[in-house]
Amino acid sequence: MAELSGKYLVGVYDDDDTVLHAVPKLRKAGVKIKEVYSPFPIHGLDEALGHPRTRIGIAAFMFGVTGCCVALTLMIWTMGIDWPMIVGGKDPISIPNYIPITFELTVLFTAFGMVTTFFISNGLGPGAHFHPRFDLRSTDNKFVMAIDLGRNSMSEDEISRALKDSGAEEVNIKQF
Amino acid sequence: MHVTSPVREPLIQGGKTYADVTEDICRHVEGPPTKEWKIAFGLSLIVLAYGSVCLAWTWWEGLGVWGLNKTVGWAWDITNFVWWVGIGHAGTLISAILLLFRQKWRTSINRAAEAMTIFAVLCAASFILMHMGRPWMAYWALPLPNAFGSLWVNFNSPLVWDVFAISTYFSVSLVFWYIGLIPDLATIRDRATSKVSRLMYGTFAMGWDGSAKTWARYEYISLILAGLSTPLVLSVHTIVSMDFATSVIPGWHTTIFPPYFVAGAIFSGFAMVQNLMLITRVVYKLEDYITLEHIETMNKVITLTGSVVGVAYITEFFIAWYSGVEYEYYAFFNRMTGPYWWAYWAMMTCNVISPQLFWSRKLRRSITFTFFISVVVNIGMWFERFVIIVTSLHRDYIPSSWAMFSPTRYDIGDYIFSFGLFFTLFLLFSKYLPVINMAEVKAVIRSTSANLPTKIAGVAKVRQRGTAEPAFDKDKE
Repeated sequence: MAELSGKYLVGVYDDDDTVLHAVPKLRKAGVKIKEVYSPFPIHGLDEALGHPRTRIGIAAFMFGVTGCCVALTLMIWTMGIDWPMIVGGKDPISIPNYIPITFELTVLFTAFGMVTTFFISNGLGPGAHFHPRFDLRSTDNKFVMAIDLGRNSMSEDEISRALKDSGAEEVNIKQF
Repeated sequence: MHVTSPVREPLIQGGKTYADVTEDICRHVEGPPTKEWKIAFGLSLIVLAYGSVCLAWTWWEGLGVWGLNKTVGWAWDITNFVWWVGIGHAGTLISAILLLFRQKWRTSINRAAEAMTIFAVLCAASFILMHMGRPWMAYWALPLPNAFGSLWVNFNSPLVWDVFAISTYFSVSLVFWYIGLIPDLATIRDRATSKVSRLMYGTFAMGWDGSAKTWARYEYISLILAGLSTPLVLSVHTIVSMDFATSVIPGWHTTIFPPYFVAGAIFSGFAMVQNLMLITRVVYKLEDYITLEHIETMNKVITLTGSVVGVAYITEFFIAWYSGVEYEYYAFFNRMTGPYWWAYWAMMTCNVISPQLFWSRKLRRSITFTFFISVVVNIGMWFERFVIIVTSLHRDYIPSSWAMFSPTRYDIGDYIFSFGLFFTLFLLFSKYLPVINMAEVKAVIRSTSANLPTKIAGVAKVRQRGTAEPAFDKDKE
């Protein structure tokens, strides 16, 4: 999570279904929601918030292709070109024998590349725990909605009322 | 919206709220170590110390301290290696294959099973290093040109495939496990009262905040990691089996090995998961999360894979006779009636007969019986590898070089080392990390819980901390 600044309204919900239904209702009413924080994944919440679909899969595929090419290049060059070696009467470059290692390196590159991308794109990393948070209960049992007042044209009272109407049990103000 | 089929038994008992889940699972992490834990940890450290001494002597003196001879060149070392790798298959199977199959019961056991996988693979790797005799030469297995020219490792060799398979499997399993841990580490970080635990859990939670965007990406990469791990887990034991199957030793040179080894690996892995979970659920009072339903489901997997293994044994034997190859036939006949007949029949009894007892609903729902059978299965699977390795080698083509293998105290001591290592690591894990994936359990609780509470969030018992206090304030510290 990046650095936060400004004044925020923080709606605390008690139920994942309530928060999931509150999001489209609030957006329809014209409230711009910054983000919703929850202790576990809620299916459909990111679409409801209007987040674009993650492109991490494309990155994963690219890393996979890289791993596959690295493995094949390594084996073809070492076994077939740098020091040609005939094993078991087979051609120095015998692709079927390279399948296991090609597969393993493809998986290895995909997994590590994708996870590194995941860390970078979410701003996760050692030291990131210094970042401020809206409500610590969002990793336990509460669902926390953050609304940046600076980016909303509606007044604080109006948003606060809309949050209460949508089922929020608490509405707090948070200034960074 | 969320409909629970009445046919299926609930997976989470006791009408848990989200706050209850956090509370129940964090309790042992946050509390001081119990007396039982200290005793168990002390015992495993003693076992590890004894094993380390034996191992140190093995490396100092050389592999001559083992009972190997000119005929039986592989024995307990490779038996133990294959056994531990096999055990290490259940965790990734539970977390990856069952995720793809949308099996919700995996959420209560995947964390501990994956931890078990990682520790079991470490134990397996330790046998590779022992087997090398000169572990400081281990880097020779890597694709580096040798000192005298550019002769590389032989990429046609299954032993080199194994180096890549085991190390990929270990590191990808570790990553998968760690990704699953991050949200739970964040939960502990946000509950932590002491500065040290806030710093430790906070560092490893890497600033996780549980935003909708992060969760969407998390679910996406979990799915891809599961998709990658599924063929990976099957490939690892396939490649281990190729260490044998691509040789020309009668008894090893069979095409049935890959599926047969994979089934055996899952079989023994689930048995080990049962052993660990049956103890963990009682010690940490997690009976509401790891219920009889979970135990029964795992027993069904044990019966299925045990039956596959049984069919493989019989097929292998049939083909040895039907092929008309006398060396192959002799290898199998010798297993059954030769000097190692007891190992063969121990394997047959433990692996083929014992899992069939689980056809009885009463037996597969009995905790004592499950524990007993799980131990029996793991003994049987150890004997399977012993039978495959030692009985195939000990009577080769020249009767004058026929020999027997008997373990020395260092064979046994090095095996004990792996138990010490495994239990030390598992005990450390079970004390300092949540043994159940809290976030995943919370995600399935609504659809799988018995007596669902009206207010599902619940009230966090400890305290309601300030609304906006940072988890860790740099300026204050």
